[in-house]
Amino acid sequence: MDFPLFHLDWLNDRFLIAMIAIIHVFINHGLAVGFLPYITLLEQQGVVKSGPEDITDLAWDKMVQRMMMVGFVITTTMGAMTGVGIWFSAALISPNSIGSLIRVFYWGWFTEWIVFVSEVVFIMIYFLTWKNSNKSLRAKQRHIRFGWFLSAFSWLTMAIIVAILGFMMDPGNWVEDQSLLSALTNPIYLPQLLFRTPTAMVVAGAFGFLLIMLFTKKDSPIRPTALKTTATWVLLWLPMSILASIYYYNVIPEAMTANMSTAVGTMDFAKYYDLLKYIILIATSSLALLAIWTLWKPKKVNLIIVIIPFVLSLGFLGIFERVREFIRKPYVIGNYMYSNLIREEDYPLLQRDGILKHSTYTSITEITEENKLEAGKDVFMIACSRCHTSQGINSIIFVFEKMYGEGKPLDINSMKAYIPNMHNGRTYMPPYPGNEEELDALAHYIFYLQQSGATLEGAQSAGAHLNPTHSVEHFIEQKTKQQ
Amino acid sequence: MNNTPLPKDIPLDLPLPEWLLVILLVVSFLAHIVFVNLMVGGSIATLWAEIKGLRNKEYDILAQEIAATITVNKSLAVVLGVAPLLSINALYTIYFYTANSLTGIMWILIIPMVAIVFLLTYLHKYTWEAMANMKLLHIAINALAVAMFLFIPLIFLVNVNLMLFPEKWMSVRGFLSALALPNVFPRYFHFICASLALTGLFITWYMGRKNYPFEEYFQVFTRAKVKRIGYQLALGASVAQFLFGPIVMATLPAKGFSWSMMSVILSGVAVAVYAVYYMIKTLRGSDADLNKYFRRIVISMSIVVVFMGSGRHVYRANALNPHRELMAQKTAEFEQASKEAREQALNKQAEANEAIAAAEASGDNTAKGKAVFNNYCAACHKETSLLVGPPVTEMKEIYTDKKADLIKWIKSPGKKRPDAPQMPPFPQINDTDMEDLTQYILNIK
Repeated sequence: MDFPLFHLDWLNDRFLIAMIAIIHVFINHGLAVGFLPYITLLEQQGVVKSGPEDITDLAWDKMVQRMMMVGFVITTTMGAMTGVGIWFSAALISPNSIGSLIRVFYWGWFTEWIVFVSEVVFIMIYFLTWKNSNKSLRAKQRHIRFGWFLSAFSWLTMAIIVAILGFMMDPGNWVEDQSLLSALTNPIYLPQLLFRTPTAMVVAGAFGFLLIMLFTKKDSPIRPTALKTTATWVLLWLPMSILASIYYYNVIPEAMTANMSTAVGTMDFAKYYDLLKYIILIATSSLALLAIWTLWKPKKVNLIIVIIPFVLSLGFLGIFERVREFIRKPYVIGNYMYSNLIREEDYPLLQRDGILKHSTYTSITEITEENKLEAGKDVFMIACSRCHTSQGINSIIFVFEKMYGEGKPLDINSMKAYIPNMHNGRTYMPPYPGNEEELDALAHYIFYLQQSGATLEGAQSAGAHLNPTHSVEHFIEQKTKQQ
Repeated sequence: MNNTPLPKDIPLDLPLPEWLLVILLVVSFLAHIVFVNLMVGGSIATLWAEIKGLRNKEYDILAQEIAATITVNKSLAVVLGVAPLLSINALYTIYFYTANSLTGIMWILIIPMVAIVFLLTYLHKYTWEAMANMKLLHIAINALAVAMFLFIPLIFLVNVNLMLFPEKWMSVRGFLSALALPNVFPRYFHFICASLALTGLFITWYMGRKNYPFEEYFQVFTRAKVKRIGYQLALGASVAQFLFGPIVMATLPAKGFSWSMMSVILSGVAVAVYAVYYMIKTLRGSDADLNKYFRRIVISMSIVVVFMGSGRHVYRANALNPHRELMAQKTAEFEQASKEAREQALNKQAEANEAIAAAEASGDNTAKGKAVFNNYCAACHKETSLLVGPPVTEMKEIYTDKKADLIKWIKSPGKKRPDAPQMPPFPQINDTDMEDLTQYILNIK
């Protein structure tokens, strides 16, 4: 409505955000928040296990430093950029919601930024002073203390960002008083933090297993010791991660659970969702098995049995993010803005006047027989395109054919009867925001999409059309008339 | 002539007073851009020195020393970029996001491109010894990084430029057409020269520091020689700014100009002249005096950066403020209309409730249930004919005297008909509504 809309008509807009966000979470949890205390622990172990004459076990220390280098390089390249990328992609796909969130959470994010700047500086200091700190025991001990300090800092950045994520799922009292404090104290905050903390540690352990296998030789004496430390680390955190995930699910507000079960109620999703539950079960138990096996027979650990739980634990994390995103529907900001970027409170106006009348970027001022398809296209872009494509992933044709029969020509009247009420049956869908004429145009356009196989170009290539009643010139003309 | 869009703004207050947001934006942006300059300029200087290093080993060492700083500067450049991004998003939401959207593909490609170019700089830095026998390939890695470092700023410039001109938005079709707007390239060259000038001063400082173990690295080069290289780079690039600066001014659309903006920019120019004078004086002086004016030059160049950054903001504010003012009025009008429509809808709802009550009073015990039906069921069911699911008359036939079964089905349906999709469950319908609904269904005529 207020923005020319970027749209990826095959990949699906949500997929872009999801892809970037999930890579970021993997790196953030696995190679920063969980990884830093894990690496510091290993560094400390090197000092403890070395002889009284030595500062540290040099071969061991070299291995730990190389592991840290992987964490350092990946977090300061892909980790940092995917973090920025979440903003970039959210600004493209969901400008109204990210624009609103920034206005509410400016200070939260600003604080986050200060902590984040410090974190990057500290990580650089920690990694780049590693070599020099090996010159004396005192320097080494100071380096290790710095590592613990850095770990706490890294956790703090996560603690702040989780408040923002929690808010987006359930704004608590924010809709009433719109203050930052009430958003930060929303009811899902602590459970989510409780879940993410041990899970980050577990995923870091999975990264640790993999890196030890890569950076030590088969017959190296340090490999079994390092693997056993990692196994203990994983076994320590894993039960907490499992318990926290159960707790987390139990406190998700009633409405959201009901909503989730509605989605699960569809046959396709039920199958998919069951699969997800199994992956979580398999991922956690495979990691537990690997850890127990490592403690029992540390010399009989090979790359393959390390890689499998590693991949599965990444899947575990990805699924959690997926569910977290899904239970937000039909809102993008709970009880305030729907996932089509329209505020709940503006619905009466838009349903009365139509959405096109209040849209800056459409060429249609009045729907006629001639411009009906064009109008339908604009309605689709505004009301549907944030989640649906024309022919690609989660396409509008796919979802209607699933309901009315695959390959059968869609019935315009059925769609017109269905769309205004769909949110009652499919509670993850926002209500239809437009008026009757627009509904007619939309249904015709969807039928046209099915029959023609046409696609829909976003503003990034097609540009935008201006609604003549939403121009500066028109606005000033209206003001002139009032004089 | 209708060509300047006037959207409504995000209808939430700014998170802090506008003047404070502006200060945060300008200050944090300058901190960010200084490290971006050092990162881009550093990679260009490294490429130049490593190529020269093919013939003279000392230049190769110089290249390696500059390269070691790029990865640190780039980490700071990224992390310091978050605050100005946050501030510009808050202050110019509509303008910035619209520009992003209109150049969307290229805008989002910034993310993978920057990640890749960072990985390339690490690869280049950490393979210096390992690739000593594959020097050309090693240089090629950095050449690719430099090419990307030179391209990525163009995307940012296109966006910060496009956001200033709503009157051009309707003519833009993707990144390339936005790139063709007249003042993108002058601003771009202005940025590149600034990068080189800052990098020159940075090299002079970094390798001239007392605790920098210069003699451990270099056999032939002296500190004076390297400092002179830095000064020359800074001087050359600064002088070039006197060419690009006027071109930038000449190609900027008139709408953002004002005396205040011009006085800020011209003050900056005056200070720049002062800095250039002392750079020349230093280079013409003896090696012993190379540090004599360094502080003076750095301080005056910092002042130049602050003046230019402020001038840039004054232009932006001038260019956009009239439009923002109109947008605020329009947003208020929309909010008012939305409020009225909400009240109207509430009245309508009250009338509908009254109508149901009246119908009930006159003995119609299905009116309430029909309303529930229209809400939840009418999308797929009609009274007498098949839509997505069976008609209500058929439900009545099946469930007469089996109300409990009907309620159970509605709350969690199974799949009976091969030719119809499975019905979604409705656990959210409460007991009173359910009672009314089944009353309606089982009494249909």
